[in-house]
Amino acid sequence: MGFMDFFKKKNSGDVAKDRLKLLLISDRADCSPDVMEMIKNDIIKVISKYMEIDAEGLDIQITQTESDGNNGSVPALFANIPIKDLKHSKNN
Amino acid sequence: MSEVIVITSGKGGVGKTTTTANVGTGLAQLNKKVVLIDTDIGLRNLDVVMGLENRIVYNLVDVVEGNCRIKQALIKDKKYPNLFLLPSAQTRDKTSVNPEQMKKLVDELREEFDYILLDCPAGIEQGFQNAIAGADRALIVTTPEVSAIRDADRIIGLLEAHELKDIKLIVNRLRMDMVKRGDMMSIEDVKEILAIDLIGAVPDDEQIVISTNQGEPLVGSNSLAGQAYTNICHRILGEEVPLLDLEEKNGVWTKFVGLFKKN
Repeated sequence: MGFMDFFKKKNSGDVAKDRLKLLLISDRADCSPDVMEMIKNDIIKVISKYMEIDAEGLDIQITQTESDGNNGSVPALFANIPIKDLKHSKNN
Repeated sequence: MSEVIVITSGKGGVGKTTTTANVGTGLAQLNKKVVLIDTDIGLRNLDVVMGLENRIVYNLVDVVEGNCRIKQALIKDKKYPNLFLLPSAQTRDKTSVNPEQMKKLVDELREEFDYILLDCPAGIEQGFQNAIAGADRALIVTTPEVSAIRDADRIIGLLEAHELKDIKLIVNRLRMDMVKRGDMMSIEDVKEILAIDLIGAVPDDEQIVISTNQGEPLVGSNSLAGQAYTNICHRILGEEVPLLDLEEKNGVWTKFVGLFKKN
């Protein structure tokens, strides 16, 4: 990205394309916000067994990622889980 | 060999009926025997776009319920003797017909016609299920807008689930001036997002409004949209036709020529 691009507003056509790409990934995966919320809560539950995480800051979304296989990009579940304390563990 | 093609979109108002009328008329111009079926029961529209609204006696529901023979309900086009319309019923609802009945009707029409075009209602309810029941191919009409493309994607998913695999895309109402300045998604953008083959792109042309006002599809005329529809018809027949340059004709010359042309 050039220096001047920083000041340029993004074309609305590109905005539309980017929005649609993200939207269709979740549409196609048939993941309602409810399901996403359930997945999120389960992830919190599981990870919390091993370390202390910031449940508030946890963010999950379905995005597109390059696959190693043949068909280019595939949907991927992307989770950003901030860790508060690595050493915390109930099992030890 | 006859083919049954459903024209669908999910979202309303993107141009399904206009596309059906023009593609149907275009195929008739290419000497195919064509019947258009308006499957939007309760919201009859294809008859007015074709300019045949005054000739309706029987309709789709009458045929399905056995109140008349198919032949009695078919309306012959004003211009082309090899083009027919089976109008929808205006005072009934979508549940008056079921997918099995539609499939049976379409299969009967196969014996008589080269192409059977089904104008699908908006939405994904019973009207949609009826329209796709007997179809071999689907044409998805979309405009370069987020809402229309999202619905088109959903429709593609439903058609694939229905084992309908021959799905082609028509990008309608393109405005090349807006695409050029980046304020409208391009044909390539839409193709990339929906990941299906393109069969044609139709520019946003005011001639469409004029032709609908008059009840005469503009396919085959000199207008850009008219040429775009003719090209789509050739591609339906399996011919390879390069994509129309939608920009070229929008120059000063066309405007100049347009001054001397009525309509």
